[in-house]
Amino acid sequence: MNSNTKLNILRIVLSILIALLISFGIIFITSEEPVRAIIQLLTGPLQSQRRFGNVIEAMIPLIFTGVGVSIMFAANEINLAGEGAFHIGGLIATYFALNTVLPPVISSMATILAAGLFGMLITGVPALLKIKTESDVLVSSLMMNYLILYFSNYVLNNILRDPKAGAVVSYAVPDVTKFSPIISGTRIHVGLFIALAVAVLGYVFLYKTKIGYEIRITGENREFARYSGINIVKITLVSQLVGGFIFGVGGGVELLGMYNRFTWTSLLGYGWDAIIITTLAKKNPIYVPFAAFFLAYLRTGASIMSRSTDVATEIVTITQGIIILLVVAEQFLSKYKHKIISREARATLIEKEGE
Amino acid sequence: MDNKVLQMSHIMKIYPNGVVAVEDVTFELEKGEIHALLGENGAGKSTLMKVLFGIETPEQGEIILNGNKADIKSPQEAIKMGIGMVHQHFMLVPSLTVAENIVLGVEPTKSSLFIDEEKALKLSKEIAEMYNFDIDVAERVEELPVGLKQKVEILKALYRGADILILDEPTAVLTPQETEELFVQLKKLKEKGHTIIFISHKLDEIKEICDRATIMRNGRSKGTYFVKDISTAEMSRLMVGRDVVLTFDKKPAELKETVLKVRNLCVTGSTGIKRVDDLSFDVKAGEIFGIAGVEGNGQGHLAEVLTGLSNKYKGKITIFDQDVKKHSIRELRDLGMAHIPEDRMAFGCAKNMNIMDNMFTNQYHKPEYSGKVLLKNKKIESKVNGLIKEYLVKCKSYKQSVGMLSGGNIQKVVVAREFSTDPKIIIANQPTRGIDVGAASFIRQRIIEFRDAGCAIILISADLNEVLELSDRLAVIYKGKFSGVFNDVKNVTEVELGKYMLGIKKDDRLEGIIYEQ
Amino acid sequence: MIINAIFSPEFLNATLRATTPILFAALASAIASKSGVVNMALEGIMLFTALFGVIFSAAFHSAWLGLIATMAAGGLIGFLLAFFVLRLKTDEILAAIAINLIANGATILILLAVSGDRGISSSIHSIIIPRITLPVIKDIPFLGKVLSNQNVLTYISLIMVAVVHIFLYKTPLGLQIRAVGENKDAAESVGISSTKIRYISLTISGILASMGGYFLSGGYMTKFTTGMSAGRGFIALAAGAMGGNTPVGSFLVSLLFGAAQALSNILQLGTWSYELVQMLPYATTLIGLGIYSYTKMKKRQRLTGK
Repeated sequence: MNSNTKLNILRIVLSILIALLISFGIIFITSEEPVRAIIQLLTGPLQSQRRFGNVIEAMIPLIFTGVGVSIMFAANEINLAGEGAFHIGGLIATYFALNTVLPPVISSMATILAAGLFGMLITGVPALLKIKTESDVLVSSLMMNYLILYFSNYVLNNILRDPKAGAVVSYAVPDVTKFSPIISGTRIHVGLFIALAVAVLGYVFLYKTKIGYEIRITGENREFARYSGINIVKITLVSQLVGGFIFGVGGGVELLGMYNRFTWTSLLGYGWDAIIITTLAKKNPIYVPFAAFFLAYLRTGASIMSRSTDVATEIVTITQGIIILLVVAEQFLSKYKHKIISREARATLIEKEGE
Repeated sequence: MDNKVLQMSHIMKIYPNGVVAVEDVTFELEKGEIHALLGENGAGKSTLMKVLFGIETPEQGEIILNGNKADIKSPQEAIKMGIGMVHQHFMLVPSLTVAENIVLGVEPTKSSLFIDEEKALKLSKEIAEMYNFDIDVAERVEELPVGLKQKVEILKALYRGADILILDEPTAVLTPQETEELFVQLKKLKEKGHTIIFISHKLDEIKEICDRATIMRNGRSKGTYFVKDISTAEMSRLMVGRDVVLTFDKKPAELKETVLKVRNLCVTGSTGIKRVDDLSFDVKAGEIFGIAGVEGNGQGHLAEVLTGLSNKYKGKITIFDQDVKKHSIRELRDLGMAHIPEDRMAFGCAKNMNIMDNMFTNQYHKPEYSGKVLLKNKKIESKVNGLIKEYLVKCKSYKQSVGMLSGGNIQKVVVAREFSTDPKIIIANQPTRGIDVGAASFIRQRIIEFRDAGCAIILISADLNEVLELSDRLAVIYKGKFSGVFNDVKNVTEVELGKYMLGIKKDDRLEGIIYEQ
Repeated sequence: MIINAIFSPEFLNATLRATTPILFAALASAIASKSGVVNMALEGIMLFTALFGVIFSAAFHSAWLGLIATMAAGGLIGFLLAFFVLRLKTDEILAAIAINLIANGATILILLAVSGDRGISSSIHSIIIPRITLPVIKDIPFLGKVLSNQNVLTYISLIMVAVVHIFLYKTPLGLQIRAVGENKDAAESVGISSTKIRYISLTISGILASMGGYFLSGGYMTKFTTGMSAGRGFIALAAGAMGGNTPVGSFLVSLLFGAAQALSNILQLGTWSYELVQMLPYATTLIGLGIYSYTKMKKRQRLTGK
């Protein structure tokens, strides 16, 4: 391991620690029983099998979104429509499951495939708009998310809504399509294996295939990629489509695994969670499950804490925000880094003179 | 009498990527002199001046200004201490007027809230007249020619009360007339008591205008001399550390078929100016066709269209009788084209990726290195390790980021990659710019080897020694046109070539530039 | 029916109302962009300040003192963004995303801590900025109905267009901001600290955005609800960019987006599908951005020849 990798790890660990300390500080200020709250936050998920199961359940969608955004960002395109792609994945999965009759397994697979294809469409629009009109992907992708939300609400209200149900929810998804729990006492479903497979395949895709190589070069230096003979327009589009596909599949898997009906009437925020995961995983899909586990653990802990104390789960978004701020802060620890580098440079100078 | 205005002693600067730009330099300046800072690209001149101007913080060393120890942390502080710098790339805001650029940061105000535009114009005019600069201060800077832009830069520094003026290769962008004009102005500034640091590697200019010269090489000072006491030959010896004339074992060229044909090529730049103006030439397999010229005379645009990076041109370019316009860059490369780009950091590499990733971007798609989907990493790895050895790239392993290497080693990575595809035609644009002598001569040797192996080579370079030593035929480009062509390169002198490069001499008939109609 | 509605003075009045928060944020975006930084944290700043507005106005028993305190808070968040981007060299987009994320969670936590409310600030007795009728102007036919009887902040937002224009083009600081944004190195070379200028620009940007946030919960609506900025900060980014980051240009584009918002508000009351009508402001932005970028691209291509 070289000094750079060590520094990266140090930076991530320190960022997490500082973010947690700040969050604890907030808990101390706002809570009547801060110590109990913090203990719940940190150890709550370990207190029962069901709770630990919650961590794994929460981790599944996070893996999809983390891998999806890692691939999109690898091409250096800040496309934030993953949020919308995930949302539409859930919607399309519901629609598809309700309107097709297929044998078990095949039904599930076809459903998440449909979800993925629609997800691809959503992240593809801002990418295409940029290719055709040079529109800024950042803004157009954000607008897509709102459009998808209201479109999805429209479909839910007018097409999928079960009038017999009290709340605004869809008809129940048929059992043949749904994923059933694989570990009793938890709701962990087969989506876990799909998610882990996506992480591994995402890694292979980015680091072992021709097209992944092209995506990475394009992301690191577009001019260099073009000069080398890579079709950067095509490659950027492909990366956005693949990312959107994974987001869509993630939405579909989440719906089939965790829900009986489609109930999403506001954006769930997975697009934003993806950012912190890819930041912690350094855009490498193979590290995504670890980052996803970390975030899921924190979320589950926060949820347990909020149920048994007076601290709300939203404290975690603050922790998350601070982690992003510090992990991507280049100057954070930079003095230390420069010290190491100039020490190494001096050492080589002395070496040279000794020759 | 001691009238030292500046003493920089034992300065050391290491950049964040670990490159030691200045190792241990001591530099002194006397009041009212024009002092040359001389050295090759990458010798550390600019870095030393950036330290003086507060842009870079040195690792060690001390600066004494007018007898007091100075700790210059930012350009602001440098300006306050009476130091002004005219950068090679102009530091002007194009959409603002000359006056606005001059007063920027110290604007006169009315009712202490708003800019007093009239006063700004008046003050700018006054300072221009005081130093006899003929310039319309109400004009927008983007409308001005290069020579005037430089004057704005000098005025900016003078307006802020600069006693010490640093000029970073000021003549690189100027026409000979503009250069003469600049020298007249510099002499006047000297008479008025200003001290000038003149960064350059043009020996004749230093002879003409400087009092003393400090020569730098590889981040170290090679001493300070009175210009009148040292010959240009001695200066260049100190600068490059050996006799300037490089000699390569070069067999006579064995010409084969015509590989590249260019006819009536015109390229218009982004500002609507014709950058390449009706060029026609041929290059055959087995020869090195040199294109010499002062940088900025259309070489960049020419390389861009020859290599397929841009297809915005009029006229016709064919490689092996294939129309370049109809082919993608990938297809041109697969035809056997290799390209050493002018700017290795912008086009030639991805600095955050490792050496291996950088070394096969032009051939990963070939069946030796990948299947339909997956890359054959083992084969790529052994190929890359081979290239690192063959091209003597100094690195820990192929896993090191390219950005951590020195300029010369990055260029070797670029060259190794481009030459490893067994190219049939190489377009080398400033292939040895800014790299150490060892790496440069290594790369030049390789270029000759490829020519002997039957490759067609187009060598675009501003380095006179390089084009004279390597070229079998040599053309000079000036303002987008060829001003001369030499079929017998051995008998061309630098002086002669210089005249063509500066547009002083111009041939109307370019004999032998094309082989067949 | 709709056509009549669109050209009615009532609709134009509503358009100005809906434009106000977008306009403040668009001006905020313009100043930040002129200095060379994209301020994507506008969304989070508006959300934060929408909540602070409610809390501060209740605490000071004054809408105006509340506004001033909120502006200070907005400026502080802008400054914090600047600190991360400029001092710690955090990527500006990721830093903004982090701030927006924190805003989402922190507003809920703060609301809960201050009032015990969840989701809506129903138990905070905030004081809102009043609407006023303009003497003389109110009597002008048509125009009077459009312009009069608006919230004071709406008038302030219109005045701010002129103020920001004068600030950017007639004052030393404005000149320096434009210089830094256009050529940072040039500004640095004459001793202007681009860092300082950007700190100032982002702080001003935060203050302007906070006025938009304050209007959301203390004028446009009368309470704070979670997530009430609803993408307006992002829309404002588009408005600023499409207006060439000039105050007047940003104003005109904001009007367009405000009209889309107002139309959406009206149509939601009619027979139209509620959800599809809600898409209107976002669709307008997306399409507007596409058309704007396309024309700009074509113009550039014409200029470079070919």
